[in-house]
Amino acid sequence: MSTDFTQIQPLYQPVNMPGEVAVFSPEVEAEIDRHLAKYPSQRSAILPLMFIVQRERGYLDPPGVSYLANRLSLRITDIWEVATFYSMLQTKPIGKYHIQVCKTLSCKIMGEGRITEHVSKKLGIKPGETTPDGKFSLSLVECLGSCGTAPMFQINFDYHENLTTEKVDQILDSLP
Amino acid sequence: MFIGAIGCEPLQLRRVHLEHSRSLDVYRRNGGYEAIKKVLDSMSPDDVINEVKKSSLRGRGGAGFPTGMKWSFVPKDSPKPKYVVCNADESEPGTFKDRYLMERDPHMLIEGMLIAAYALGARTNYIYTRGEYKYLIEIMDVALDEARAAGLLGEKILGSNFACDIYTHSGAGAYICGEETALLSSLEGFRGHPRMKPPFPAISGLYACPTVVNNVETLTAVPDIIKMGGEAYQKLGTEKSGGTKLWSVSGHVNQPGVYELPMGYDDMEKFIFEDCSGISNGKQLKAVIPGGSSVYIMRADQIIGKDVRMDYEGLVAGGSMVGSGGFIVMDETVDVFESTKNLTEFYKHESCGWCTPCREGTDWLVKIFKRIEAGDGREGDVQLFLDLCDNIEGKSFCPLGDAAAWPIQSAIKRFPEDFQKRMKN
Repeated sequence: MSTDFTQIQPLYQPVNMPGEVAVFSPEVEAEIDRHLAKYPSQRSAILPLMFIVQRERGYLDPPGVSYLANRLSLRITDIWEVATFYSMLQTKPIGKYHIQVCKTLSCKIMGEGRITEHVSKKLGIKPGETTPDGKFSLSLVECLGSCGTAPMFQINFDYHENLTTEKVDQILDSLP
Repeated sequence: MFIGAIGCEPLQLRRVHLEHSRSLDVYRRNGGYEAIKKVLDSMSPDDVINEVKKSSLRGRGGAGFPTGMKWSFVPKDSPKPKYVVCNADESEPGTFKDRYLMERDPHMLIEGMLIAAYALGARTNYIYTRGEYKYLIEIMDVALDEARAAGLLGEKILGSNFACDIYTHSGAGAYICGEETALLSSLEGFRGHPRMKPPFPAISGLYACPTVVNNVETLTAVPDIIKMGGEAYQKLGTEKSGGTKLWSVSGHVNQPGVYELPMGYDDMEKFIFEDCSGISNGKQLKAVIPGGSSVYIMRADQIIGKDVRMDYEGLVAGGSMVGSGGFIVMDETVDVFESTKNLTEFYKHESCGWCTPCREGTDWLVKIFKRIEAGDGREGDVQLFLDLCDNIEGKSFCPLGDAAAWPIQSAIKRFPEDFQKRMKN
């Protein structure tokens, strides 16, 4: 990519991290390089990189956070500062399938309660919990921009809309 | 779900129902990239800005600021690079129009951004999309690669000396990043905290360089403005609100969807009861939030028989605002105390914590809602709500505080019975 960016210096000096640092495959490293190349400031790539670390390691674990700090020439605290602000970034282990039921007004009045109750009963977990086998986590989240097709949930990144309890059964039963 | 235009020829939704509508080929065969060609062949950057000014296009993200004026604030003599950032962080509850624009017609957004970048002299530009819309980022990336391969991005675009590139960027779940300065903080890799204005982004935005942040719907209106001319676009709407507007309709209507209406559409009652096929399950209309969760809630009797025109001025006269066009319809079964509590919980969750009135205020509001819901409503609670709102509204660092206060203030004023019945005497 040929761009004549103004080079902006990192705000902080890099710090060598004690403890384990995550290692990624050359393909993932190349993907990370592609993101970094989009911006004049490395720090701008922090969110895209966090999603990659999360995808590869399940959540932002300490070795993953150390990796990000090294890669972006930032301090560990800079990474945590950002990681704890955004609701899609996980700082604790989470189920393989993260069911995120939209609970904001349009979904609420179109039957969100019915869907949440059904998922809860079916999986035996309350919102905020993970099944003992680590397969499912259930969360209530704020508006996902699917108000015309309410009620809905998102499983990981997939939208499932116009939900009924039958449809919920079908979707959950089909997940390997 | 319905997607289409009512009361006008579809403009922004012109291609959404075509097969393979997101491909470059279909876009080009249906008038795509003609506007950028016209711009590069025969228009100066100032001509483009003037055309957008003439169109009376106003920012479709919620604030309704005149787009041409916003563009004209970018200093021409600045030695710094300039940036166009598309705000695709669509997260105002009730709003889902940008999603369909990007899903069905991504090249329209690319063309709009190219024209904006040409007008402002921006070389590198970003589309900031909310993290939950990952599939849209993938769609946009495919479209951007197609455009790059066809010589519509990069160096010497369409044989001219114009060079421009556009990249996607993902947010990670924060409503506040829809506020333009918080979006820029987030795009720089920080927590999504809003910044003090002035300086406005036009002077000092992304990486402290002149920046224009525009909503998806705003930018996708630009190619048509160029093609038909600013005046013709303005005439589709009203004098002060040019063109067409997308309304995201949800809740208790028979036909929810994305509706493209000419600005000044007459009137809201007809829109709900005819165009959206009326209230579902034969129930009565109770309330409408016409412009996304942040605007004033309207009573049915403020709509029925009241000729509320659907544009910026008409909705203010009718007692609310256009906002983002997130049109939430509620029937008689909805308790406005509960719906307001739901929205207040949203604002509490999404308050970024930067300033005290919003961080603490929204938390207190939710605590009072919960206490009343638990059966411990007290005399004076309504006044307590209003006092708290008064201490947030106009006193928070960014408009999120106002947005948290307005639904409560309007709900208490317009549906006092839903609050009073929960208070012990």
